[in-house]
Amino acid sequence: MKTTKRRDDRRAAWWFLLPVLVGFAVFYGYPAIRGLWYSVTDYTMLNQPSFVGADNYTELAQDGQFWHSLLVTVWYVVLNIGSQTLLALGVASLMHRLTRSTVLRAALLLPWLVPNVTVGLLWMWLLDTNLGFVNNLLTSLGVGPVGFFTDAAWAMPTVAAINTWAYTGYTALLLYAGMLQIPQYLYESAAIDGANEWRMFRRITLPLLRPVLALVLVVSLIGSFQIFDTIAVTTFGGPVSATRVIYYFIYEQAFRYFHMGYAAAAAICLALILGVLTAIQMRLLRASRSDLA
Amino acid sequence: MRTRRKLTTGRVVAWIAMITFVVVTVFPFWWMVRTALTPAADLFTDNSSLLPHDPTFINFLRVLGLTTEAEARAAGGSGAKIDFARYLLNSIIYCGLIAGCQTLFCAMAGYAFARLRFPGRDAVFAILIAALMVPPIFTLLPNFILVKDLGLINTMAGMVAPTILMTPFAVFFLRQFFLSLPRDVEEAAILDGNGPWGIFWRIALPMSRGPLITIGLTTIVWAWKDFLWPLLVGRGEENRLVTVALGVFRQQSPNTTPDWTGLMAASTLSVLPVLILLIFMGKRLVQSLNFTGSK
Repeated sequence: MKTTKRRDDRRAAWWFLLPVLVGFAVFYGYPAIRGLWYSVTDYTMLNQPSFVGADNYTELAQDGQFWHSLLVTVWYVVLNIGSQTLLALGVASLMHRLTRSTVLRAALLLPWLVPNVTVGLLWMWLLDTNLGFVNNLLTSLGVGPVGFFTDAAWAMPTVAAINTWAYTGYTALLLYAGMLQIPQYLYESAAIDGANEWRMFRRITLPLLRPVLALVLVVSLIGSFQIFDTIAVTTFGGPVSATRVIYYFIYEQAFRYFHMGYAAAAAICLALILGVLTAIQMRLLRASRSDLA
Repeated sequence: MRTRRKLTTGRVVAWIAMITFVVVTVFPFWWMVRTALTPAADLFTDNSSLLPHDPTFINFLRVLGLTTEAEARAAGGSGAKIDFARYLLNSIIYCGLIAGCQTLFCAMAGYAFARLRFPGRDAVFAILIAALMVPPIFTLLPNFILVKDLGLINTMAGMVAPTILMTPFAVFFLRQFFLSLPRDVEEAAILDGNGPWGIFWRIALPMSRGPLITIGLTTIVWAWKDFLWPLLVGRGEENRLVTVALGVFRQQSPNTTPDWTGLMAASTLSVLPVLILLIFMGKRLVQSLNFTGSK
């Protein structure tokens, strides 16, 4: 025992770590520093970056488009996370009380496995104003066709609803996994005491699920802030900037207008917001561990 | 076995709600396949029944690049070159490369952090974990410029570069697992004269099949869905992935009368591989959510 305790594997260790350290240094560490540098330069990918101090940031602070994109993103996050979390909670509770079928769970997982791009195209077709299935249905019910993607008021709720469709099953399965950790006897004794399902949900499921729920909520929130794919294939930020979210704003600044420095500054602002959310997530992760122990 | 509960009204309502949700989840996929099987000319007249009146495979054939340009045009195509057979192959190579290499490299690092003793171990690990907090957008632009400067735009090497070696999460996840492995087997192997490599290959890896498959599967799904990075780096025809090709196809398609049957055929092809994955590995995938719930 003593010999294994005192051994030093430094030779072997660096070989074990070599690929990961190279990957980390080249594609995480180095670009993080480059990103900070670009954000204080004027850079179009054709010129040499030239230092401009905090100009990009002060310009951002006065850029109506930037603030609008943040506002639009928050609007999306509220719609998407609100509906997705409530629905997922409902579906998870139903599953928890009804069935453990793996087939059912696999079916719920399907939309999550599919690329967001496919989800976007699929719903563009279903919601098409002239030929789409949903508008056919609405018309036959006597409600006129709705321009889900072309009407500025509808576009964002539509995108949010699509992603709610795509991610509710996945979220429900995460919550369901949390519910399975709640001891069964709590429900049995509550049933003996004559509690109904709603009461059991309020008094047992919800309080004991809270740490898991909080964690899932923050993780989905972080994901939701990074909405891009769906918008990049359906609305391209339109109509009239109604869906020009922050990721799309950065993408356009960088790869349409080649304002690399400006885009880097905007990316850092977004990274700060996400960083705060991630820090909260880390705290919750620790909290949920101790709660369930 | 749990006792079978009585079929009360409440339970019937609950089942109806559950089944409704499953139908809403699955039906759009059916409609996608159904549209893909419809001749483009019938789209205006035949769009309410659950099955097409006159099913055809021509839409699949033309997006797979198996028809002549004239045939593709006659079936509703725009005439632009589309070759989803190639894009599917590219996507499969992309997923396979990233999932295979990343899992192996991160397992090696995770093992080193969990079991080997060397100076600076905890400090290096802490730095890697700090990267978990860094959102992808932060490194996206600089990485693009780096790959461009290296001349790797429109190459598979440039596309896989940022993720083939590591992700902080995979290192973290696998280290946690290796920490939980019982030590005595490894110590017996040391007494038998095995070095760190021998223990890693012969003992640690075979004992961690489950977590390795979990990380591998999660990475495959992630890579299959990947869009923005391959869009920036691999837009060229040669290395185009399915997701990027779908985006390009959508943009080529006229806005007033999109090529819906072609788009849905291509969409179906992008779902097919993950559907196969779900059918064969469904149980694993569902279980992996319990593991990675904290992701």
